[in-house]
Amino acid sequence: MTTDVEITTAVSQQFPSATPRASLDCPAFNVPAAEAIALLQNLRDAQGYDFLMDVTAIDWSAEKSPRFTVVWHLYSSTKHTYVRVAADCPSDTDPTMPTATGLWAGANWHERETYDMLGIKFTGHPDLRRILMWDAYPYFPLRKDFPLAGLPTELSDPEITEEIKTGVISAPMAGGPFVATPGEPMSEAEPRAKDEAWNEKNEKPE
Amino acid sequence: MVNANPELTYNSKIEGDIVVTKVDAAINWVRNNSMWPMPMGLACCAIELMAVAASRFDIARFGAEVMRFSPRQADCMIVAGTVTYKMAPVVRRIYDQMAEPKWVIAMGACASSGGMYRSYATLQGVDRIVPVDVYVSGCPPRPEALLDALMKLQAKVKKERSLSKLLSA
Repeated sequence: MTTDVEITTAVSQQFPSATPRASLDCPAFNVPAAEAIALLQNLRDAQGYDFLMDVTAIDWSAEKSPRFTVVWHLYSSTKHTYVRVAADCPSDTDPTMPTATGLWAGANWHERETYDMLGIKFTGHPDLRRILMWDAYPYFPLRKDFPLAGLPTELSDPEITEEIKTGVISAPMAGGPFVATPGEPMSEAEPRAKDEAWNEKNEKPE
Repeated sequence: MVNANPELTYNSKIEGDIVVTKVDAAINWVRNNSMWPMPMGLACCAIELMAVAASRFDIARFGAEVMRFSPRQADCMIVAGTVTYKMAPVVRRIYDQMAEPKWVIAMGACASSGGMYRSYATLQGVDRIVPVDVYVSGCPPRPEALLDALMKLQAKVKKERSLSKLLSA
């Protein structure tokens, strides 16, 4: 079994621009966007990381630059180990990244999801459409500047919109957001209204 | 050959061939006991909906076992699960395709109010897009709760003024 040190040295020898990335579990690398696909191909063909587990991205918030980082998780079905590769998108306003669909056909839907949720355009993708939200949805919901409650917009079907006279509305967030709190016992950590100082009637204190 | 005791059975000479009732009562009786559901199974509530149809709970006892996957043949849409905004126009379109008279049961927290999904993607209650007759609490509701909802709906249908509705339509 290849150790973490071996894979790290092998990558840094062949890709001098790839730097080790802070990681609590498996080996991880930062790589420039232009070399990301070459590194992924090398990991697949030379290192045995043959299975693409996940493609996702991070939004570091609108103030940060680089704002978007695309992350690939690879798994080796022979060594039973993982490796993580991360690449910053060159542009903060129009983030792009080369597609990995040429290496793994399964990257297709992962990249569509990443495009849908964070608006990262994968160049060379054969069919880059939204996958979870409908085609005409105007926002990218997992971006940091998008509120959890959502923003009002039209429904996908104009005929139905005319019929029911309503569209997408922001979800009521009084007392929310309704998320689990880490570090508490399970009974306390469950998602519920945690700040009941404000509700539908009383405004949220500034 | 053994014959039925005419003293104990239906005697047409006394009763005649007539049953006296109100038209509303007759129509409602028919509607009540053959309320064919349109299973709008969108999430985990649909599993409980299947349990309701299965032998232990057996929705057939209430005449509602004929799950119709064609809205044209259904009377009662059971919205079982989370309705996303992407699905919402589809739910409404299926409701529109159902023939009158039609009823809606919102099964579970998500269909009733959005439930725990208080987010950008989820419709905050199916009553925003279709008129709901009965809401069922629970996440998911027990099958008995859905049977209770069906009985509540039947009680509601029993009180409807069906004839005047038919004539005015």
